Amino acid sequence: MNNLQVFTRGLVKENPIFVLLLGMCPTLAVSSSAFNGLGMGLAATFVLVCSNVVIALLKNLIPDKVRIPAFIVVIASFVTIVDLSMQAFTPALSESLGVFIPLIVVNCIILARAEAFASKNGVLGSLLDGLGMGLGFAIALTILGGIREILGDGKFFGIPLFGESPTTILLFILPPGAFIALGLVIAFVNKFVKKTA
Amino acid sequence: MAKKLESNFVNMFVVLLVIGLVAALALGFTYSKTRPEIEAAALKKQEKIITTVLDGISYDNKPLAEKYAVDGFNGLELYPAKQGGELVGVAVKTVSPSGYSGNVWLMVGFKPDGTINKTAVLEQKETPGLGTKMDTPWKDQYNGKNPGTNNLKVKNEGGEIDAITAATISSRAFSEAVQKAYDAFKKGGEK
Repeated sequence: MNNLQVFTRGLVKENPIFVLLLGMCPTLAVSSSAFNGLGMGLAATFVLVCSNVVIALLKNLIPDKVRIPAFIVVIASFVTIVDLSMQAFTPALSESLGVFIPLIVVNCIILARAEAFASKNGVLGSLLDGLGMGLGFAIALTILGGIREILGDGKFFGIPLFGESPTTILLFILPPGAFIALGLVIAFVNKFVKKTA
Repeated sequence: MAKKLESNFVNMFVVLLVIGLVAALALGFTYSKTRPEIEAAALKKQEKIITTVLDGISYDNKPLAEKYAVDGFNGLELYPAKQGGELVGVAVKTVSPSGYSGNVWLMVGFKPDGTINKTAVLEQKETPGLGTKMDTPWKDQYNGKNPGTNNLKVKNEGGEIDAITAATISSRAFSEAVQKAYDAFKKGGEK
C-alpha cells in the first residue's frame, strides 16, 4: 500500500465513523451543529497525528507488555495540551464541546490507530494515516452536524438559511435525532460508496 | 530495523518512567503558558457580560474589582457599578438549581431601586431548542420590571411572566434566579 492510499482510505473507504463505526459516543454527542463537529474533528485530528508520529518514533523503545499504558500516556498528554489551548484561545468552542475534548483520550479511533498502524509502521506512513483518519472523522462530524443543524435549527455554521424563526424539526438537535441522522447517513454511504474491502 | 526492547522489569520500568516524565514536563509547560490566557478569557467574558446587563447606565468604577457576596446566598456575587462613588446599578451573578437539567446561571443588572435593567444567561444545560430559548429576546420581558412590586412568577402560577412554550420549568428557574438576585441585592444593601 503506498502512502497516498494510506492517506485517502481514512477519508472514504475506511472512514472511522461511516464505515468503521468507531468513536460513536463523541460523534452522537457533539454533532449538534456543523461548527461543533468541525471543531471536535480538528481537535481529534491534531491528537491523532501527534500521537501517531510519536508512537511510530518510539515503537522500538516501548516494550510490548507496557505498550498500552505508554500509548495512553502519550495520547492523554496531547489531549490535555489541546484542551488547555482551546480553553485559552477558543473559549467559546471549548465551552460548547465541554467534556468531550478531554474524552478524546478514550476515543477508540486514536488508540486503534496507535495499536493497529503506528506501532507497526514508519513515521511518514503513521503521519499520513493519522491525518487521513482524523480528517475523515472531521468531515463525517461536519456532515452529520450540518445535517442536524439544518434540519433542527434552520442554520448552517450558525448562518440562518430560512429567515429568522423557521419551523424546524427540533428532534434532530436532540439526542434521538443524532441516532436517526447517523443511521440515514450510514445507509446512504453504504448504498453509494463502492465496497472494495 | 532495530529490535524491540525486551519486556523485562528494568526496561518496562525505565521506559514508562521516561515517558511519564516527558509527558509531565510537556503538560507543565503548556499549563504555565495557557493559564494566564485562560484566566484572562474568563475575566474578559465576565466583564463583557457585566457591561451588557448594565447597558445604558454609565459608571466609572470597575464593578468586577468591587464584588461582594451576601450571607445566605451561596454562589451569588454582586458587582456594584458606581459613578463618582455613588451607586448607580449592580450586576448580580445568580443561580437557580431548578433548571430542567442542572443549574441555570444568570447575570442580572439592577438599577439602584431594584428595577431590572437587563439579564444575560451565563450557563445553562436546558433542552436545546426549548429551554435554551431563554437566551433569546424572550428574556427582554424582564427588563424594566421590579421584583419588589412585579410578580415574577410565570403566568400559570399567577405571575406576570409568559413562560417559554414547552419549557415552563426552564422559565420558572429563570424567574427564580432573578428573584434570588433581587433578594440578595436588597438584603446586602448598598455597599
